[in-house]
Amino acid sequence: MSTVTHTSGPARSDTAPPSRPPADRRPKDAGNGFGGRIFNGFSHLFLAVWAIMVVYPLLWVVMSALKTDSEVIREPLSLIPDALQWDNFARAWTAGIDSFFLNTLLVLVFSVTLTMLLGSMAAYALARYEFRGNRLIYWMFLSGLTLPIYLAAVPLFKGVYNTGVSLPLLGPNKHLMLILVYVSWSLSFTIFFMHSFFRTLPDSIAEAAQVDGASHTRTFFSVMLPMAKPGLISIGIFNVLGQWNQWYLPTLLMQSVSGEPKNQVIAQGLIELSVNQGYKSDWSGLFAGVTMAMLPVLIVYIVFQRQVQSGLTAGVGK
Amino acid sequence: MRHGVARFVTGFLALPVALYLFYVVWPFAQAAGYSLTDWGGYSDSQRFVGLDNYVRLFSDELIRKAFWHNVFFLVTVPLFTIALALFLAFLLNVGGREDRAGIRGVFGSAIYKVIFFFPQVLSLVVIAVMWQQIYRTDGQGLINGLLIKIGLVDADNPIAFTADPEPFLGVPAVLWWLLFIAVWSGAGFYMVLFSAAMQSIPKDIYEAAILDGAGRFHTFFKVTLPLLRDSISVAWVYLGFIALDMYALVFVMTPSQGGPNHASEIFASVIQFNAFQKGQFGYACAIAVALAIFTILLAALQLRITRRERIEF
Repeated sequence: MSTVTHTSGPARSDTAPPSRPPADRRPKDAGNGFGGRIFNGFSHLFLAVWAIMVVYPLLWVVMSALKTDSEVIREPLSLIPDALQWDNFARAWTAGIDSFFLNTLLVLVFSVTLTMLLGSMAAYALARYEFRGNRLIYWMFLSGLTLPIYLAAVPLFKGVYNTGVSLPLLGPNKHLMLILVYVSWSLSFTIFFMHSFFRTLPDSIAEAAQVDGASHTRTFFSVMLPMAKPGLISIGIFNVLGQWNQWYLPTLLMQSVSGEPKNQVIAQGLIELSVNQGYKSDWSGLFAGVTMAMLPVLIVYIVFQRQVQSGLTAGVGK
Repeated sequence: MRHGVARFVTGFLALPVALYLFYVVWPFAQAAGYSLTDWGGYSDSQRFVGLDNYVRLFSDELIRKAFWHNVFFLVTVPLFTIALALFLAFLLNVGGREDRAGIRGVFGSAIYKVIFFFPQVLSLVVIAVMWQQIYRTDGQGLINGLLIKIGLVDADNPIAFTADPEPFLGVPAVLWWLLFIAVWSGAGFYMVLFSAAMQSIPKDIYEAAILDGAGRFHTFFKVTLPLLRDSISVAWVYLGFIALDMYALVFVMTPSQGGPNHASEIFASVIQFNAFQKGQFGYACAIAVALAIFTILLAALQLRITRRERIEF
C-alpha cells in the first residue's frame, strides 16, 4: 500500500524529478499497519482463489468418477455423489485402462533405465574426454532440442514400418520399438543436462581413482556416477514424467498393422477412450479413467513433492 | 593409455549415437529430402520438384492462419504465464506480515506451492480430456453448468468454448480458451521456479532496501524483479517452446483437430492435416522444415535478446 502514499503524499514533488519518488522515510514497520493488513488479506484471497481454480476441477473429475451416469447428467456440478459408485472404476479398468497401465509400465521401466544409462554414459564421455568429433557429436545431440518432432513424424513412421518387415520386434505396435524410440528422443535433453553436471565434478577424485588402478569404465560406474546422484534424480524425474506423458509418439507408432490389438499406452489410450466414451455416453467411466491416469502421479508427487519440485525446476534452471 | 581412452569413448558413445542417428537424425534428414519431392506418402512414386513446395507454402491460406495462431500463442502464453507466476510468487513471498525480521511470506505458502504445482505433474492429455469436460457446451460442463445455474448464461445459448470460431480481439475465441488452459497448467511451475530464485537472493540486500525505507512494492520492483531477470528469460525461452507445441490441446479439444473450420489451426495440425488427410507428405515435410527453421531462428533470437550481463551474488 506504500505506493499509494508515494504518489499522493510528498509535497516537494514540484522540484523532484517525477520518475523517481522520494524515499520513504517512515520507520520500516509502518507497512505493518492498516495497509499491510489489507495487503495480507488480499494475498490470501487471491492465492485461495487460484488454489480453488487448480483443485476444484481435479476434485470434480474424481468425484464425478464416483457418480452414476444419470447423476453426472442430472447433477453435474455437485461434488458429493449420492452413493459411491466404485464399479465405475472396475468398468473403466476392464474397458482398457488395465492394458494401458501394463503397457506403459512395461515400456517405462526399460525406457527410463536405458535413457538414464545411455544418456549419462554419453554425457560423461563427451564432458570429460577430449577426442576428435567431440563437439560435433555434442551439437548433434543438442540440435534435437530445437527441431520439432512433427518434422520427423512421417519418415520415422516409414522407418519403423520398414524395420518391422525384417525385424518384427522393432516394427510398429511393438514394446521394444517404443522403448528404443523413447530412449532416442530423450537422449538430447538427458545428455545436455548431465553434460553440464559432469563438468562441475572435480577432476581430483577421478584422477585418484585412476591412480589406484581403476579403469575408465570402473571410474565412471563406481566413482563418478554416484557423485552425480543429485543430477540423476533430477533428470530421472524429468524423464519419468516426460515419457509417462508422451502421447504423440505412441499415437504415431503404436498403430495396429495387421489387425492385432493395439498395445496402447496410457496417454494414447485416454484420447481414444474420450472419443469412444462420447459415443457410448459412459461419462462416469471416462471420469474414472481420467482419475486413474492422474491419481498415481499426483500421489507420488505429493509424497516426494520436494524432490519433484526441485528436480523439475533444476531441469529448467540449467 | 591413449588406446584405452579411444576404446572407452567408443564403447560409451556407440549405442547412444547409433540409436540417435537411426531414430532421430535419419528421419529429420529424410524429411528434408522429401520436402523437395511431390511424394504422396503411400505410393512409391515421387518426383523431384525442387523448391516448389516451399514456394507454394507462401501462398497457402491455411499456413498463413497457422502462422499467426502460432505467433499469438508465442506472445500470449509466456506473457500471461510469467505475469501470473510472478504475481503469485510475489504474493507468496512478500504477502505476509512485516515484523522485525523484514517482510515475510504469506502464511501457508508451502501448501499453496504444493497445490499450484499439481497441473505440472499431470500429462497434457489428462489435462486436455479433463478440460474437455469442463468446457462442455451443454449444462453438463463445469463452467456452463455453473453459469446457467446462477443465471449468467442462457441454457439455450451456452458458451461454445473450443467450438467457437468467432473472433475475440481479432483472434478466434477457441484460441483464447486454449490459452487459458496453457496458463492454468503452467503458472504453478514457474511460480515455484521464481519463488526459488527469490529465496536465493541474499537477505542483506533486502535488509539494505528496508533500511533505505523501501516498502514491499518498491523492494519487489526495484530489487527482486531485476535480480530475477535470468530466471524470467529462461522461463520465456521454455514457454516459447511450449507455445509452439500446443498440439496436444488442439488435437484433443478442437473439432476435427484444428477446427472449427480451421479456426484453431497451428503449424503442427497443418502438417498432420496435409500428411495424413490430404496425403501430401512432400508438402507436409516442407511445412515442417519451415517450422524447424522458424523455431531455430526464434531460439537464436531469444538467446540474443535475453543474454545480458549476469549479476553475481
